[in-house]
Amino acid sequence: MITARIVFCWVVLFFALPGIAQELLTFSSTLNQTRYQNLIEELRCPKCQNQNLADSASGIAVDLREQVHQMIEANKSDQEIVDYMVARYGEFVLYRPIHSSATFLLWYGPFILLGIGLFTFVLVVMANRKKRGAKL
Amino acid sequence: MTMRHRLIKKALLFIPLVLFLILGIAFYSQLGKNTQYMPSALIGQKVPAFNLISLNSDQIITQDDLPNTPYLINFWGTWCPACHVEHPFLTTLADDGVVIVGIDYKDEKALAKQWLEEKGDPYLMVLMDEIGHFGVDMGITGAPETFVVNSSGAIVYRLQGVVSESNWSTIQGYLK
Repeated sequence: MITARIVFCWVVLFFALPGIAQELLTFSSTLNQTRYQNLIEELRCPKCQNQNLADSASGIAVDLREQVHQMIEANKSDQEIVDYMVARYGEFVLYRPIHSSATFLLWYGPFILLGIGLFTFVLVVMANRKKRGAKL
Repeated sequence: MTMRHRLIKKALLFIPLVLFLILGIAFYSQLGKNTQYMPSALIGQKVPAFNLISLNSDQIITQDDLPNTPYLINFWGTWCPACHVEHPFLTTLADDGVVIVGIDYKDEKALAKQWLEEKGDPYLMVLMDEIGHFGVDMGITGAPETFVVNSSGAIVYRLQGVVSESNWSTIQGYLK
């Protein structure tokens, strides 16, 4: 009987572990829960800057997670929640920056560099061919 | 190969060096900067609307009750070690006539009252933001944080961390 109780306690403890990392929240639907998870992974914690809201244990991250939860349950759209955060903490909180003139290089710089690389590559190959052709 | 061609070829060899120098200058100029610095999204805006209870009078205070002169909004809490460091300097500022509105951030009323009784009260008024909603509306990340509001009621500067002798001249520049 005592061993059964001990086994029961252990089983309960193992199930409890994943629940310790974040607050216990209830959602009215699984869709809302998925939206919550996606949002807190996309939003950057303003305090500990290399973590998202999901990872951070800082006080402000806890508050902001709570805010996201409330807004989702109040039927706010993802865009409204993101706008709410940006209005208070700036575009800084977005791990996926907005497309604008300031972020143009960030988004398209790699493709521009790739284009320059390809262009140079073709130019060099063509020049080498010409040289070889002249030699032959 | 003509002379001109040879010169162009030699010039091309310097492209990597030039790129290296540009990157070097760009990275060097970033050295020593505060990596935690984050610009406030509220610069140029009015103080957001609020309904907070005054610690001193138990009255509900709104944004309409804020001063018409330039002033500071200082977020603090008795739980915040850096606020202990900041408090004496705030007191000297208040003695010099600087208007400071205190926001007691995520704190308990009794502890806050005791703090002000023991250390002195540099604030024009202290408002209680017990759950931290006003803090989120102001975009704060912790305490202490200080905002400068100018005479037309716009937020013009935000400091994350302790107001002290060393940064006061910068803050004072915005306080007009």
